[in-house]
Amino acid sequence: MEYPKGLRYSREHEWVSVEDGDSGIIGITDFAQNELGDVVYVEAPEVGEKISKDDPFGAVESVKAVSDLYAPVSGTVTEVNDALPDTPELINEDPYGEGWIIKVTLSDPDELDDLMTPEEYTEYCEGEQDDDDGD
Amino acid sequence: MAAEAETQALRRTPVHARHVALGARMVEFAGWEMPVQYRGIQAEHAAVRSRAGLFDVSHMGEIEVSGAGASRFCQHVTTNDVRRLDPSQAQYTLLLNDRAGVIDDLVIFRLEAERYLLCVNASRREVDFEWLAGHAGDGVTVRDVSDSYALLALQGPATEDILQPLTAAELSAVKPFNFVTAEVSGVRCMVSRTGYTGEDGFELYCPAEDGARLWDALVDAGEVEPAGLGARDTLRLEKGFALYGHEIDETTTPPEARLGWVAKLDKGPFIGSDVLSRKEPLQRRLAGLEMADAGIARQGYRIFQDDREVGRVTSGTLSPTLGKAIALGYVPADAAAVGAEVRVEIRRRRVPARIVRVPFVR
Repeated sequence: MEYPKGLRYSREHEWVSVEDGDSGIIGITDFAQNELGDVVYVEAPEVGEKISKDDPFGAVESVKAVSDLYAPVSGTVTEVNDALPDTPELINEDPYGEGWIIKVTLSDPDELDDLMTPEEYTEYCEGEQDDDDGD
Repeated sequence: MAAEAETQALRRTPVHARHVALGARMVEFAGWEMPVQYRGIQAEHAAVRSRAGLFDVSHMGEIEVSGAGASRFCQHVTTNDVRRLDPSQAQYTLLLNDRAGVIDDLVIFRLEAERYLLCVNASRREVDFEWLAGHAGDGVTVRDVSDSYALLALQGPATEDILQPLTAAELSAVKPFNFVTAEVSGVRCMVSRTGYTGEDGFELYCPAEDGARLWDALVDAGEVEPAGLGARDTLRLEKGFALYGHEIDETTTPPEARLGWVAKLDKGPFIGSDVLSRKEPLQRRLAGLEMADAGIARQGYRIFQDDREVGRVTSGTLSPTLGKAIALGYVPADAAAVGAEVRVEIRRRRVPARIVRVPFVR
């Protein structure tokens, strides 16, 4: 699993990349796409919609299951990845790159401090993995 | 809490180590730790439709019924007609309760004139055994022999060509729902031309201790894709096969679930037959749905017609073959006509869907 530097991570397995102060990109992590399996459908909000931290803002469906997307930060959607309706598998192939989901203007950049660093998130995922394998 | 108790009790099949070695994603299913996917559900699904996939379904239960009264007993507790079976033949059948609700769906194998093997759902094994043992009278012995079997399913159009070099049995002579006892790569098996994918294929019942060896032989037989429960579910759903706990349970009757053909009312009385003989008009009926807009219907989602809730989805997925979202669900019998329009509530959005013919994929 890869968890790139510079990104911040939520307990619900979303990542945020912040470019210049208050504009961020949101997607799901390598761990999340791997858990889901083949992604076949992404339900994302529309440009202009507001999302608020810890609330669902969409969903990712694999063949087998559906998983809600929880906003890692609050803000207003400025762009939606329009490649995903036709090629949702980008989420599996390139979760931090071409598989991004939405871009937002953050309403409270301080919320980023609540998210995990790559190191913290790696440890967090190892805990989740242990739960899976636990016996 | 509950999850922890489940985790501790999870059972493993004799092939478990092979799944782990292949990097399968393991999940809990009916108390078992089972592979849900290896390479990916869509790739595994496509392999089964185009060539061959190998499933470990050793979690399924096997219950043996024997004794002088075995045929009479099976005729009484199952809905299909076991008199139509010669030894070495099998049939799909149901166990019903007194209200004609489905206790389980299963395949019954006639091993000998008065000896039968019932292959039952893992989730219903204990319930079935209690029910059968509780109804067995003199001259009938019911035994849960699940732990002595491994069960591997080789499914897909190339199955016969792949399997034939491994056995002396003449497989082309084994017709659908027939079986033979034969060695496959030196492992003694019951080789049955049955399955749950809608493709040609064989299911191999062998001693539990030989399961891993048989798995290895089949994987090495060439271009056989290990396939998990995920693909097994999409494959069966495309063909409209019922899954216990989804389309059928103790509150659904065979005609509601489109399984009326499995209940042979002309064979004489059996458990549940008096209710079925009344032929009361159906209140609801299982229907196939195809989503007309983006979104995938899942079990439990509500179905609406004219803004009124009329039923629930029992299973849904994105059909890998069709590239469309399909589902099964219960709707009022008078609304179940092919072409009728309904809506399925997906995360507070009511998405249009159409009632279509089942199977979805022919």
